[in-house]
Amino acid sequence: MSSPSTADSRDALFARIREALANPAISHAHEHPVHPANVTPEATLSQWLPAVGATFEEQLDLFARNSVDLKTEFKVVASAEEAAAHLNALATENKWTKVATHRGSINDAVAAQLTTPVYRVDDQFDKVQLETCDAGITECEALVAQTGSVCLTAPSSGGRSLSVLPPHHVVLARRSQLIADLPAAYALLKTKYGAKGYPSFISFTTGPSRTGDIERILVLGAHGPKKLTVLLLP
Amino acid sequence: MIAPKSLFKRDSAINAADVPRRTFVRNALHGYEVKRDLNKAKFQDWQSARETASEIKFEGINHLDKYLAEFAKNAEARGTKVFFASTPTQAREYIINLAREKNVRSIIKSKTMTSEEIHLNDALEKEGFGVVESDLGEFIQQLRNEPPYHFVFPCMHLKRDEISQLFHDKIGSAQTDSPEELTMIARRFLREKYIQADMGISGANFIVAETGMISVTENEGNARLTTSLPKIHVALVGIEKILPKLEDLSLFLPMLGTAGAGQLMTGYNTMFGGPRQPGETDGPEEFHVVLIDNHRTELLADAEQRDALHCIRCGACLNVCPVFKNIGGHTYGTTYAGPVGSVITPHLRGLQDWKHLSGASSLCGACTEACPVKIDLHHHLLQNRRNAAAEKPVWWEKSLWIGFALLMRQPTLYYWLTKTAPIAQFFHPLVKGSILDPMQAWTRTREFPMSATTTFKDYWKQKKKQGAR
Repeated sequence: MSSPSTADSRDALFARIREALANPAISHAHEHPVHPANVTPEATLSQWLPAVGATFEEQLDLFARNSVDLKTEFKVVASAEEAAAHLNALATENKWTKVATHRGSINDAVAAQLTTPVYRVDDQFDKVQLETCDAGITECEALVAQTGSVCLTAPSSGGRSLSVLPPHHVVLARRSQLIADLPAAYALLKTKYGAKGYPSFISFTTGPSRTGDIERILVLGAHGPKKLTVLLLP
Repeated sequence: MIAPKSLFKRDSAINAADVPRRTFVRNALHGYEVKRDLNKAKFQDWQSARETASEIKFEGINHLDKYLAEFAKNAEARGTKVFFASTPTQAREYIINLAREKNVRSIIKSKTMTSEEIHLNDALEKEGFGVVESDLGEFIQQLRNEPPYHFVFPCMHLKRDEISQLFHDKIGSAQTDSPEELTMIARRFLREKYIQADMGISGANFIVAETGMISVTENEGNARLTTSLPKIHVALVGIEKILPKLEDLSLFLPMLGTAGAGQLMTGYNTMFGGPRQPGETDGPEEFHVVLIDNHRTELLADAEQRDALHCIRCGACLNVCPVFKNIGGHTYGTTYAGPVGSVITPHLRGLQDWKHLSGASSLCGACTEACPVKIDLHHHLLQNRRNAAAEKPVWWEKSLWIGFALLMRQPTLYYWLTKTAPIAQFFHPLVKGSILDPMQAWTRTREFPMSATTTFKDYWKQKKKQGAR
């Protein structure tokens, strides 16, 4: 059996699409658009989505409340020393033997004060080694108050695996990284990467890994991290 | 081979009679509804959000050629390989050839309904590749050798003891009645599979034209592992998943989470814009996106039902459907169950063979109301019925309607029939429920209402005589 070449199958599919679209759609949903014709839908997205306060305090409070619902451990710390002390306490409590992290200004300041051995994933790493680490410590692109999400990207968060393979994911973020809502997150990504090219990996991580597949009962740590800790530094 | 319609009728009868299972599913869906309403209420304006989502999908679907070309161009610019497959065979061949060429031994999969649609697992296994489903529900269904019961909650029909027994039989784990323990058994079993696999196959919930990205929504982290560790990532996606702009996701991600599982945001919403890029620490060396038609263009050609391609497969319409709650997911015999499945399957797999699904509806409209992208589902069911009858009229249906029309046009005939109905009904018990009973379909499981002893015509005449108003 010979399969058609990539270009042939593409052309055939596009020809079918164009033929199908020859008749305009009959649709009832579009008779009364909610937007005036001169406003792009994107400009108004924030106004339909869940409300977020305008001030930093309101947004911080919302992120904290969302974290409680999501079972994310969220803590505001005063310094890198306090963050390291908190992680050292977690290490003792959870009997960590090794943690993994990547290069970064917050990470470097905190990692220097950790009592647990640190595995670096900066350039090349071994996935089997990473799998044996008890925690993955990453930075992030932003924290989204609206949904309690952490926005991770390959360059900001040490790649793809570090934040999902170890059983405990720790995020170190700065106060300036807390943003209001999802449209703001996409605007930030566009400003930062739109011109020079987006990372191959962008993820909104919202709480620890979870499943409800068995009798719709919530279980944490299905495949990814069982615990998610977010520490907010100045 | 039994016709889909006969199979559907048989399985409906069996499943509707299984009251404990029905109650179990109903309770699970009730829990979903409570959480969904809680999160819907957080939106400042859910109805406008639906309207906007519907408009964005309308734009994407009605300019599908333009946006797919834009997607392919942008994806290819970042090193993604894009393949357009018209048929399931082309999609399967592409993936099998790729796996052969790269000496792939084992494959890990995260949830993709499109692969169910083209029976990818069977094809890969036949070629000697080991394939493991990593989503907990899909993993359970794979061990059971059964398709998903619901396209968002694959094993929602199973109780914990059944899952415990299954794990015990298939992977030799100890019995337990704790959902957490069961989840950990699957976690431990699958961990090494992620590390070993050389190919990861995922689906996608959205593809973004503007940036050439795919977006994958999941809760467990299995899709993230599937797309991080193996050296090749293949995403199998229906062409209708298009969104014009990246920021459209800021609306669609929370709407999908809310409508789909009653979560404001699903645990992981990940956008992939290529294989590992220069300067990145990890990720696959190759990223392939296989876009599949498989008769979607036939639905696209139907100007009246084109909006069915707006579907984001959240499953909200199944969760509120009285028919789904009573007959269950497997009865449909389709990849996509529930109202949206009943609308699209006749387009994807043949109107005459699947028109019965459009009849299995109370037309209550709960699905249309639940749909986050405002697909006019229950009217589409009516349109399928109309189209099926117009394309191939059923002789006995036709003669019934001729008879009915005749009756309604003859007042005298109508009068005498309603007058004599109580007499006929007096003799009904002789045949009731048996094969001779003309009302058998109804009376097998229900009582037939008693006809009035006085016709309306007589009643009205009498009232007038008495001078009553």
